[in-house]
Amino acid sequence: MIDLALSQNKEIFVLNLGPQHPATHGVLRVKLLMDGEYIVSAEPVLGYIHRMHEKMGENRTWAQFMPNTGRLDYLGALSYNHGYARVVERAAGIEVPERAEYLRVITVELNRIASHLLWFGAFVLDLGGFTPLLYAFDDREMILDLLESVTGARLTFCYFRFGGVYNDIDDNFVPGTRAFIKRLRKRMPEYHNLVTKNIIIIKRLRDVGPISAGMCRRYGATGPVARGSGINYDVRKNEPYSVYPEFDFDIPVYEDGDSMARYMVRMDEIEQSMRIVEQALDRLPDGPVMAEKVPKIIKPKPGDYYSVVEAARGTFGVRVVSDGTNTPYRLKLRSPTFSNLSLYGEAARGMLLADALALMGSLDLVIPEIDR
Amino acid sequence: MNAHPEILRLLAFLAGLIIFAALNAAYLVWLERKVCGHIQRRIGPKEVGPFGLLQPLADGIKLMTKQVLVPPQVDPVLFRLAPALVLIPAIMSFVVIPFSANLVAREINIGLLLVFAFASVNVLGLLLGGWGSANKYAVISAARCVSQNVAYEIPMLITVITMVMITGTMNLNEIVLQQPDISQWYVFRFTASPLMPVAFLVFFICSLAETNRAPFDLGEAESELIAGFHTEYSGMGFGLFFMGEYANIVIGASLATVLFLGGWQSPVSFIPGGWWWFLAKVYFLIFTIMWIRWTYPRTTLWGLLNLSWKVLIPISLLNLLVTGGMLKLMPLIFGAG
Amino acid sequence: MENLIAQFEAIPALAVKEADYPVRGYHLEVTVAPEAVVAAAEVMDVAGYTLEAITGIDWLGEEARRREAGVKARNAAAVKAAKEAEEEPPEPETADLSGITEEMEVVYDYTHYDHLFRVMVRCRVARDNPGLPSIHQVFAGADWHEKETHDFFGIVFSGNPDLVPFILPEDADYHPLLKDFST
Repeated sequence: MIDLALSQNKEIFVLNLGPQHPATHGVLRVKLLMDGEYIVSAEPVLGYIHRMHEKMGENRTWAQFMPNTGRLDYLGALSYNHGYARVVERAAGIEVPERAEYLRVITVELNRIASHLLWFGAFVLDLGGFTPLLYAFDDREMILDLLESVTGARLTFCYFRFGGVYNDIDDNFVPGTRAFIKRLRKRMPEYHNLVTKNIIIIKRLRDVGPISAGMCRRYGATGPVARGSGINYDVRKNEPYSVYPEFDFDIPVYEDGDSMARYMVRMDEIEQSMRIVEQALDRLPDGPVMAEKVPKIIKPKPGDYYSVVEAARGTFGVRVVSDGTNTPYRLKLRSPTFSNLSLYGEAARGMLLADALALMGSLDLVIPEIDR
Repeated sequence: MNAHPEILRLLAFLAGLIIFAALNAAYLVWLERKVCGHIQRRIGPKEVGPFGLLQPLADGIKLMTKQVLVPPQVDPVLFRLAPALVLIPAIMSFVVIPFSANLVAREINIGLLLVFAFASVNVLGLLLGGWGSANKYAVISAARCVSQNVAYEIPMLITVITMVMITGTMNLNEIVLQQPDISQWYVFRFTASPLMPVAFLVFFICSLAETNRAPFDLGEAESELIAGFHTEYSGMGFGLFFMGEYANIVIGASLATVLFLGGWQSPVSFIPGGWWWFLAKVYFLIFTIMWIRWTYPRTTLWGLLNLSWKVLIPISLLNLLVTGGMLKLMPLIFGAG
Repeated sequence: MENLIAQFEAIPALAVKEADYPVRGYHLEVTVAPEAVVAAAEVMDVAGYTLEAITGIDWLGEEARRREAGVKARNAAAVKAAKEAEEEPPEPETADLSGITEEMEVVYDYTHYDHLFRVMVRCRVARDNPGLPSIHQVFAGADWHEKETHDFFGIVFSGNPDLVPFILPEDADYHPLLKDFST
């Protein structure tokens, strides 16, 4: 990379974006080759917060790994709880009671809203607007309070257990959630007025950072990145799991593939998640929140098991290989942003620095989840 | 001592203006934090002193006691010179600003010219600071600052030329004297040119861009360039840049007030004019600048340059043409008197 | 699906079998030789699939465990048979652990955006000096997954443009997911 900088053109220089940089929202480093303000090539460098969760998984029992899943994507931890719980339930043949599945869906969707709200604020911050961040935090705070009352945690949730959830909701949760949804319904038009319709936002996002559907497929992009490029793929619909088939909700898809499309997908997803939560609250059945006969020590039959869920950033997959003992033989975490970020080098080529950072923001990166 | 009253007066004004600039920097930061706090549904500084009023003092002590780090690769002369080059011209510009009828350090016939002469030195300070830092982010920022300042000086100066054509003087105090009440303010002087409010907007937008304020804060775009040209500065090196930036904002708002909003003159004739009117108008404009900053995201460099070359410059040229035409036509229509 | 199976069998694949999706989480399990992973990827690419992940698995000691388990079962059966015939139990067999080639496995997970069909392509490679061709020419996203697998297992994907430590520190010379790795 440096050789290229020296040989071709003296004007080309290397710019290290990160690992400490305000726009990378974490410890991502991007090696940029710049021609003035234009990016000649961009190469993300990973591993600054790598913790080898997969090896940790091989060294603890099936249940002991559950807290680790909350430390992958700390903004949408419950989806990762869900993904791991599901694959182990699949492997060990554990049935989950209906109330537990409903609680899972409610909390996961609330967590998804919280994650998208934080992304919304951070993304506008990347574009130089500071104020929406604090408005979004204001709303997110209410979700965290609700989730805290149920799960006991505010960020690195570990709420799900094999066969259910560990704690039933309290009396305040349902009215509190309804009140929150009512409030957010009022706030969303404010966000759209303040941000979405802002001329500068439109100029900076429209037609900037195009990602084609073909590019998404070649790189395995999923989640809002793929849906912003016209790919109608959402695990909740395409590979229905939990009690999602019982709810009426849409998958927002935008065809343009630019940063604006990804932005709109996430903003619409907040609305859809609110719909799911409302329906789930309406139909929340009574009953136990844990399955009756969950073995104390889980020993799945030897073999491969794979399961995916739709996390806030895309498809989160867990492959476990069991050898019939009480620890996983191999535990693979397929994180969505790892694949989503891998297209950055190709997508950012030839862009202006400011636009490339807008593109990076629109990918919604959570670095601990990329590095694992 | 009576032999040199003029020198004493100048010394007093020098001390006063430096204190004014320093206090402005300190309390505009406080104001900015309060304003942005309230815009963002929080309350801003409140711990140090009543309403956080001593916060700037605490910040100042912190900045002054911090070590001024000089990274090894920097150009030692330029690196140290740049903050001074930003601050000194800004303070110098205050010399000709009429705070009230008599409260002006030096009434000079070419006052307007002097302010713009010093304003261009400011860019040099940013460029040298960015270049001397030996930091790629700072260099990118310096390049952005220069292209931005060059682009926006043109419509700004064309607007100022228009104003000089109308007022017939470059003496700021005389310009103020021509606007005795609100109907005579140049922003509403449709007899001079029907485009005067537009000219005021052009001037205001340009002064936003000239002072690197959002949404044109490309020079210190913190999500792109960390802190831009002052990335490598710490302690008072950074403090001087900061003071210079706020002094420039005050200059920009003062000029807008003097040229368009009647300076220290009262808007209605039964209330006497004075420095309080001047400061009220200036701080109202500064509040507006802050309001804009905490509402809008940042433009890109191309958006910024397009706005200047494709919108502001044609508009200001049109205004120049219309004003020139009006100046020639009005006497023909209404008689020379 | 029949079409896919036929195409895989034409590569040729070592084995193509349908999996029990509700239990396993994938529909089709294809086993190929190392030299056929690119052909398998091309089949998937033409059919419009996308690469979801590449997983390495270290099967150190698997064959030994399998043989030991087999011998143990035979011994138990022999003891049981002797008991039923009221004879002296025979001398227990010991497992023959010679001639074992330790293996690693690389698993490619493919899925389709439009319809629910998950294909898992398995490939076994020898554990010492493991290598197989890179599929990044087919699926550009495989580049990063291959780098990660190289980091963790030391599997060399020939043809990958830049197989340097990617997630691990740049001077890392260890492969932490190997079963015989210890800090």
